[in-house]
Amino acid sequence: MNIFVCVKQVPDTETKVQPSADGTFIETTSIKWVMNPYDEFAVEQALLVKADNPGSTITVARVGGVKDTEALRTALAMGADDAILVEAEDNLDSYSIAKALKGAIEKSGKSPDVVFAGKQGIDDDCLQVPQVLAQMMDMPSVSVIVGYEKSGEKLSVKREIEGGALEVYEVETPCVLATNKGINTPRYASLPGIMKAKRKPMQQLSLADVGVSADDRRVRYSDFQLPPEKPAGKKFEATDEAKQQEVVAEVVKLLREEAKVL
Amino acid sequence: MAKVLVYSEVSKEKIKPVTLEILGKLQGQDVEVAVIGDLSEDQAKVLGEYGAKKVHKLKGDNLDKYSPEGFSNALKGFIESQSYDYVFAGATSLGKDLLPRLATQFDAGLASDVVAFQFEGDSFQGTRPLFAGKCLAKVEIQGPKPHFITIRPNALGMPESPAGGTAEANETSVDAGNLRAVIKEIVASASEKIDLTEANIIISGGRAMKNSENFKILHECAEVIGATVGASRAAVDSGYASPDMQVGQTGKTVSPTLYIACGISGAIQHLAGMRTSKVIVAINTDPDAPIFSKADYGIVGDLFQIVPILTEEFKKIQS
Ligand SMILES: Cc1cc2nc3c(=O)[nH]c(=O)nc-3n(C[C@H](O)[C@H](O)[C@H](O)COP(=O)(O)OP(=O)(O)OC[C@H]3O[C@@H](n4cnc5c(N)ncnc54)[C@H](O)[C@@H]3O)c2cc1C
Ligand SMILES: Nc1ncnc2c1ncn2[C@@H]1O[C@H](COP(=O)(O)O)[C@@H](O)[C@H]1O
Repeated sequence: MNIFVCVKQVPDTETKVQPSADGTFIETTSIKWVMNPYDEFAVEQALLVKADNPGSTITVARVGGVKDTEALRTALAMGADDAILVEAEDNLDSYSIAKALKGAIEKSGKSPDVVFAGKQGIDDDCLQVPQVLAQMMDMPSVSVIVGYEKSGEKLSVKREIEGGALEVYEVETPCVLATNKGINTPRYASLPGIMKAKRKPMQQLSLADVGVSADDRRVRYSDFQLPPEKPAGKKFEATDEAKQQEVVAEVVKLLREEAKVL
Repeated sequence: MAKVLVYSEVSKEKIKPVTLEILGKLQGQDVEVAVIGDLSEDQAKVLGEYGAKKVHKLKGDNLDKYSPEGFSNALKGFIESQSYDYVFAGATSLGKDLLPRLATQFDAGLASDVVAFQFEGDSFQGTRPLFAGKCLAKVEIQGPKPHFITIRPNALGMPESPAGGTAEANETSVDAGNLRAVIKEIVASASEKIDLTEANIIISGGRAMKNSENFKILHECAEVIGATVGASRAAVDSGYASPDMQVGQTGKTVSPTLYIACGISGAIQHLAGMRTSKVIVAINTDPDAPIFSKADYGIVGDLFQIVPILTEEFKKIQS
């Protein structure tokens, strides 16, 4: 099987986000970049599928800045076979990213049997790229999947919806599947894995190579700002059991009369 | 005046509240609503009162259950026959899955999870959170029309009073086309609770809950005020709560009117997912826990003692 995994590189979740001076993105100079957490599930699922289908190859593809290649290196260290990196600014929009991924997959010369992605990039939180890519490649897609099984010639996947309910889909391949937490437990890259990853091929392409231009941009951001800070709240000491009843009654009263939320 | 279509998800012939939030903010525009399937007469009337001029009920084979391709094809066919400038939908599970595919059928752009917007003349200007709400940015769409937008539930708020009006309802037949991903079964969740992302009140437990049985005290409290129970990642990873309950940067981003954090320290990744809650209450034994810096009302104390008292106090005001 030809398995592809879309991997995004995002600021570490510990990052204290600062808008850039021109307000078009965030300050990226001192950011620690990591693999998008949801994409770890996608890479792991690809590895599990490969284990069941010996002879399969896993190609990881990413669109973004080339200064740091942490995300792709991690995927290779986990066990992916090769990588494609399409150089682009880090605040590209979903449509351009998906078009670039499509171009990169086509350029690889391999026709995909399944494309895995994460359900969401934790930078732009768009939840778009997998479905957009699927539509562009004329494939079915299922997003937010928490279960994956083979079912004859097709796949049976579970998609999580509101309130934790599940939709069980039967999907034809090739398809795009976007993984959520709960589908598997991503492995850690082993030391030999990390060493081996250094010798695995990583092809670098430009946006022009994959047929994407500035005209493909559909969504534009500006005026990045920190959300307004809340004024300091009220804090009540209630470690002393004798005071608890009074404190809780007071807070409930405030919720009703001051905050008016009850 | 922009010509706008609002696609409303329907379940059991009822529309989702987010549809009315959207309609409320579209007053002054030329607005129509489309649903796939049936809608009760009452609900169609409500849509009219909130400003919809027309309600299009799209019907066809293979549309009784959601499928990404079927719904997208059906809407594409319908939208193409009209000339909308904008198509709005709620950023629900279905909306988030469907709209990217639909927009791409028009080679058009989609601004997702918008929390505020206005029209400057006929042109849409939105605001959306990025980095799980660590910052906000203006968002604009360019390129082929229509332009697509999903709106985060609970963000716009319900309109104070509907403008009043009546919608003309009609049925249009549409084609779902070829489906390569179909739902075979729906497994209902154990609880019939409102989803975290749509909940008005959330009460969440952290590592301090110690085990899953102890979550019972949160469920009891939630029962009284109609809240949904959430959890920190530490509680989820320790197996005290299920993954769909996780709030935070790698869980759900929520913005209820009231968020009650019990035994949660307030790590940056947790705060990212709930900081836009209107009012935050924190219960924690550690007076220096970072959660207190974001809390409107902080109670320094043992959650196992405080929560049951809170439940009793809530009961008093409910009766
Ligand atoms: C990539 C990544 C993604 C992450 N994503 C998320 C996410 O989406 N959501 C998330 O929540 N976390 C996330 N985290 C984890 C986050 O960093 C914290 O580890 C986690 O939020 C801590 O959970 P907690 O507050 O329940 O536990 P702790 O930090 O251990 O806090 C427990 C708190 O309970 C208090 N306490 C103890 N006993 C009592 C008692 N009896 N009564 C009252 N209070 C008591 C303690 O004082 C303490 O403040 C992520 C981390 C990483 C690295
Ligand atoms: N720049 C990118 N490069 C590679 N994959 C991406 C990129 N952006 C998004 N994806 C994939 O699409 C998923 C959803 O991202 P998003 O639409 O940004 O929320 C991610 O989890 C990735 O798997």
